Amino acid sequence: MEKDLVIIGGGPAGLAAAIAAREAGVEDLLVLERDSRLGGILNQCIHNGFGLHTFKEELTGPEYAGRYIEKVLEQKIPYKLNTMVIDLEAEESRKKVTVMNREEGLYQIEARAVILAMGCRERARGALNIPGYRPAGIYSAGTAQRYVNMEGRMPGKEIVILGSGDIGLIMARRMTLEGAKVKLVAELQPYSGGLKRNIVQCLDDFGIPLKLSHTVVDIKGKERVESVTVARVDENLKPVPGSEEEIPCDTLLLSCGLLPENELSETLGVKMNPVTGGPEVDESLETSREGVFACGNVLHVHDLVDYVSQEAAQAGKNAAAYLSGSRSGQGRGIPIRAVQGVRYTVPSSVDVSRMEETQVVRFRVGNVFRNAAIEVSCGGKILKSQKKQILAPGEMEQVILKRAELEQIEDPEEITVSVRAESRGRD
Amino acid sequence: MGEHRNATREFVCIRCPLGCNITVDMEDGKIREITGNTCPRGADYVTKELTDPRRTVTSLVRIEGGELPVAPVKTAADIPKDKIGDCIKALKGIRLAAPVRIGDVAAENVCGTGVDVVVTANVGKG
Repeated sequence: MEKDLVIIGGGPAGLAAAIAAREAGVEDLLVLERDSRLGGILNQCIHNGFGLHTFKEELTGPEYAGRYIEKVLEQKIPYKLNTMVIDLEAEESRKKVTVMNREEGLYQIEARAVILAMGCRERARGALNIPGYRPAGIYSAGTAQRYVNMEGRMPGKEIVILGSGDIGLIMARRMTLEGAKVKLVAELQPYSGGLKRNIVQCLDDFGIPLKLSHTVVDIKGKERVESVTVARVDENLKPVPGSEEEIPCDTLLLSCGLLPENELSETLGVKMNPVTGGPEVDESLETSREGVFACGNVLHVHDLVDYVSQEAAQAGKNAAAYLSGSRSGQGRGIPIRAVQGVRYTVPSSVDVSRMEETQVVRFRVGNVFRNAAIEVSCGGKILKSQKKQILAPGEMEQVILKRAELEQIEDPEEITVSVRAESRGRD
Repeated sequence: MGEHRNATREFVCIRCPLGCNITVDMEDGKIREITGNTCPRGADYVTKELTDPRRTVTSLVRIEGGELPVAPVKTAADIPKDKIGDCIKALKGIRLAAPVRIGDVAAENVCGTGVDVVVTANVGKG
């Protein structure tokens, strides 16, 4: 089978990329989704708060996905469900996508362009090094979310949650509403990784305690979780002896961060960014492999699906331009360097001759900064200084580069994005 | 708010990522002073939280003969915060026959709030 464009993943990124590519004239495309429905993780995110930027209203996850799925159906964009991509190779400019499903077995699709939109997965217990037995009753927050919200089953009655990421907070409320007792949310860091709004509406509203600078140091129970032991940690995140507290419970949920799911990207040999765990991309969201683009949580983990959709639409549009040969410019990128408080940027380079009039650069900071400024410099000149009352690792930030400004700089070597801090504090 | 007629109440504002810690001094059940907010939105937030706190409730209803055993639902508008529990209880008894579609009404005027509960995902026949 041959295709102009194959999109791997039918979640919010894949859907938005497919719609944008079709709107830009790509007829011969295919979306591959491993689950039994389109929409990805949004299908289990039944809470509201999605789409405020895109649709100016607060939708639930399935409703947000529904808007894009409707467009995919309207435009008759082909997709395959229950289909897993198991290998991805590139020979010169041809990409070979090896896929498998029950109806067709194992086969190869040759694609001229590929968009990576595989999303991310949760950090599992194995990656957290929690000692203790391996009893039943330990779930990632997202797994519990799927059980409760899509399969209608409760994973337990007395819950402790490790990690205060947004999924953990949302699940604390969800399980409480379903009749479980959430005894504690413990967070290793001295600040929560979740949105303030979720702390107030998911924990405070229900009187669920949040202990910052605490972690789980032991899990008891042979067949089923019987208790977990929680301890305070010091500034180096090491448990403080004597601060242990044993909490009886039958379930431990883990909400300890998300990791882009890039096994396929690595098979393909695209250059990876060690900070994001996703591929390095240029202003077109093209990876180091020609004609392979990336967007959404496989590229870097987002807080808001609206930005995933925007980014993915950009990838779809750029893939279309690549396919039609209408891309201009010489493809020489100026590296964008993340320095001083900025952990990474997406994209990590920008080609002035190829970029649109403006280019969004998204990034995260590595600490909480108050009364700070985001500075963009190039060729010894400060292009932008944007004041910020607060910057936090849990909130993705962005700056907008203007082509007209960059064109005025002769032989620019690099663009830097940094935080100029007036005061630094932990929340 | 009977128990808080002369109390000091603490809030974390959720209108922006700043998350101001706001203190409200109450006198005779009325707001006497609001401190700690950086901007007027903070005062607005705590006033609303003290006088008429509301939330959109999202949960599930059971589906019979569907591709999934449950369908997600939401209150079509926000409802008073103290009705959240009743609303959840009211939804427990509801069973809808597949297929259901986004926007279908699962419960009218839930708990006398004047707000309908609507389905938020398409669930086909199983």
